[in-house]
Amino acid sequence: MNKPLGRVVAAILILFALLVGNATYTQYIHAGAYRDSSNNARVLLSEYNHPRGNILAGTRAIASSKKTDDSLKYLRTYPEGPIFAPATGFYSLVYGAVGMEHSENGVLAGTDDRLALSRLSDLFTGRSPKGGNAVLTIDPKVQETAYKAMAKQTGSVVALNPKTGAILAMVSTPSYDPNLLSSHDSATIQKNYKKLLKDPGDPMLDRAISQTYPPGSVFKTVVSAAALKNGTKPTDRIQAPDGYPLPQSSHVLHNFDGETCGDGKTDTFTHALTISCNTAFAELGVNLGAQKIKDQAAEFGITGKGFKMPLTVAGSATGDMPDEAKTAESSIGQQDVRITPLQGAMIAAAIGNGGTLMQPYLVKQIQANDFSVVDSTSPKKMSQPMSSGDADKLTQMMKTVVNAPDGTGTSAAIPGVQVAGKTGTADNAPGKAPHAWFIGFAPADNPTVAVAVLIEHGGVAGNETTGGKAAGPIAKAVMQAALADAGGGH
Amino acid sequence: MTAPAADTGRTIPTRRNTELALLLFAVVLVTGAEAVVDANVRDKVSLQVAYYGAGFAALWLVAHVVVRKVAPYADPVLLPIAALLNGLGLVLIYRVRLATKGRKYPSADPKQQVVWMVVGLVFFIAVLLIIRNHRVLSRYAYTLAALGLALLIMPAILPARFSEVNGARVWIRVGGLSIQPGEFAKLCLLVFFAAYLVDKRDVLSLASRRFLGLALPRGRDLGPVLVAWLASVAVLVRETDLGMSLLFFGMFVALLYIATERTSWLVIGLGLFAGGAFLAYHLFGHVQDRVSIWLHPDQFYNTVYPNSYQLMQGLFGMGTGGLFGTGLGQGYPQLVPFAESDFIIATVGEELGLFGLVAVLVLYGLFVMRGFRIAMSVRDPFGKLLTAGLSVSMGLQVFVIVGGVTKLIPLTGLTTPFLSYGGSSLVANFGLMALLLRVSDASRRPAVQAPPKSPLAQAMTEVVTR
Repeated sequence: MNKPLGRVVAAILILFALLVGNATYTQYIHAGAYRDSSNNARVLLSEYNHPRGNILAGTRAIASSKKTDDSLKYLRTYPEGPIFAPATGFYSLVYGAVGMEHSENGVLAGTDDRLALSRLSDLFTGRSPKGGNAVLTIDPKVQETAYKAMAKQTGSVVALNPKTGAILAMVSTPSYDPNLLSSHDSATIQKNYKKLLKDPGDPMLDRAISQTYPPGSVFKTVVSAAALKNGTKPTDRIQAPDGYPLPQSSHVLHNFDGETCGDGKTDTFTHALTISCNTAFAELGVNLGAQKIKDQAAEFGITGKGFKMPLTVAGSATGDMPDEAKTAESSIGQQDVRITPLQGAMIAAAIGNGGTLMQPYLVKQIQANDFSVVDSTSPKKMSQPMSSGDADKLTQMMKTVVNAPDGTGTSAAIPGVQVAGKTGTADNAPGKAPHAWFIGFAPADNPTVAVAVLIEHGGVAGNETTGGKAAGPIAKAVMQAALADAGGGH
Repeated sequence: MTAPAADTGRTIPTRRNTELALLLFAVVLVTGAEAVVDANVRDKVSLQVAYYGAGFAALWLVAHVVVRKVAPYADPVLLPIAALLNGLGLVLIYRVRLATKGRKYPSADPKQQVVWMVVGLVFFIAVLLIIRNHRVLSRYAYTLAALGLALLIMPAILPARFSEVNGARVWIRVGGLSIQPGEFAKLCLLVFFAAYLVDKRDVLSLASRRFLGLALPRGRDLGPVLVAWLASVAVLVRETDLGMSLLFFGMFVALLYIATERTSWLVIGLGLFAGGAFLAYHLFGHVQDRVSIWLHPDQFYNTVYPNSYQLMQGLFGMGTGGLFGTGLGQGYPQLVPFAESDFIIATVGEELGLFGLVAVLVLYGLFVMRGFRIAMSVRDPFGKLLTAGLSVSMGLQVFVIVGGVTKLIPLTGLTTPFLSYGGSSLVANFGLMALLLRVSDASRRPAVQAPPKSPLAQAMTEVVTR
């Protein structure tokens, strides 16, 4: 009987070999697909099993994890949710990690390589593992001031340190409360999310970096930079007619409210900027030619391509400017020119920083869970859109925008501090109130803050809006807050 | 393999100390695993772990001492393998219990399993003490057959409230106790099969007609085979117990083949199996459901019935565990329904990884191979068939349940021997191991120095002639 017995043994061995082969398929070859299946909650549960690191603005935690009693052991909370939402993003059971929660997920979850040493020491000391912290460049006081100054208006405020590129404030209004999406109740999360999506105010849109707007007269700073590079002096008289017939077109371009610039025929370059003369800049742009404007814009970062800081910033663009009429319109920031509020702040920062544009960044430091610094961002130069001489000249011109009695940006003047700036009032859609803009920096000669304020459709001023009226005071408040806090050093 | 030199008068090592050493190794592993679970789930390891380890060691040492006394020449590997599987099972049952503690219906209580372990141990000792010579068993073949069939059919006859748990009608519920009689029926019928086939193997293998090149048995000799087949199908129909009927039939065909050495039986057996499976698939909804879930688990994830949630969660767990596993206490076996019983293999895969799962399969493989080794070496045909049958049943059972959980074959409910929660299975497997050890002892015991303790038993074995 041993011969058939041997065959039965062989058959059983084959069955076991099949089991081992199939187990290998399940746990090795096909394991990734099982692990990442949307129906598999294990990866998520283990993420919630350890406290996630904090997102800090200065020393203030703007996102932190609190211990709970339910199966997901830690709850992500955002103490001043709506104010910091554009900087934090949210961490949701249903919708995953978004914003900074997503881009610094490795650090916050504790899996980043820079935290390897810290993980090792946790292993030996028996401390329960905790993610690292991401310290943002955001100055909480500046951020709060900007958020409050926007009040009920729709728009965005971005503040930069022009010397480093550190983002001091990044506000988008109306905002949303990330706590609504970070609870442990997926049904409630879904309900809240759908409500936010349906909200006509589009609160989850990060207007500071994800949305582009026609810059209007703010773009005249870029045309000015190109003109200075091309040899135009601030004192030169340039053409500034009451009406500028657009080349190869029957359309005549007029100044804002039909005002007159200079003597009605010409004006100084500086004064044209001070009062934001449309006809002067349209003609200046046409004389420079589309290419020079595009090149200058590209050096300021308006390349049509986005970048990461580490959040993804939408690309700002000048559009094609195929003919002189369109070049004229583009030179006053209309036509197809579209920039993000962050890009607006970058233009101001580059001018204020002697023509050197610093790479904007939002993460200052990475800390291990014991708050020891494991990595910090060193400021990097992004480009050199202007010579320092030209930058000084443009700064002086932009000071008159704020200081001169007939300047458009007097509302941004700060007693005792020189402010350089430029307003913008951008037509965007027929029948809708224009967007109000202000970009600027202070103190003008050695700036510690550059700012851009955008208010969609005029804000509370509505059709009567101008950049000076609506955006200037907000820029002033934000710059004041930053100057008061500049001792903190960014 | 050759029969041990029982007649040469050489001193044959009993290898009991090997067994003791392996057993202590198993105790160390199990106690360590328990400590790891406590460290990971409760964040503390207390002295309690040492007490549990000592208690576990004490129970298995009792088994060891009994084997040392009454079956000193038995195989030294079986007991430690069973101890390790049983201990790992207890640790996992405890681990899943911890994870489901706050629930309205927490998973099975490990203390209950310890009680069953003690009952199993008593059964083990009883089998070893009462059956001093395995050949005696063959005299009770028909009695055991009747008992086995009765046990098998009982749940089908009893009203559902006494026999149905979670939709499977395979239980006998008396008071607070639930017994799965199929596990015991398996042992009884195995003894019967072995005895019957030893008796009839000449007739079955010689008297035949040739048809299409196959030597077919005579019609009347087919009778008992058909009865066995019909019994399996009946169980399948009435009790919706696919796994058990598959196991019975596989066991019986394997034994027929070994006993008669005729390939024709294999062909007939497989033919009947194929026909039975085909019929079952077309006649019974629950068989189709099992196959549908197996083929398209994704489509049945969110459906009410049939539903692949359990199977898929098991696979998710194993996939997440990957090669090394999450570590004991660090996975989420509580997401898998019955992670401590039917799906304990998924828990092994999730927390101990592919390596842990393969290690468990190797333990089962070793157990089965040691069983076959006993079958090869023992000289009396009854002992040979009995041990072969026990080994085949263990091997097939592991294949059916592990294959089901890992989606190699459609899932059918069978227990995972020694590992999964469940009293009947544990007790029955203690009995299975006792029988293997008994035959193993007989196969290696030197004839000269083996005066039977009971001359009566010796006398009786000589009378066994049918």
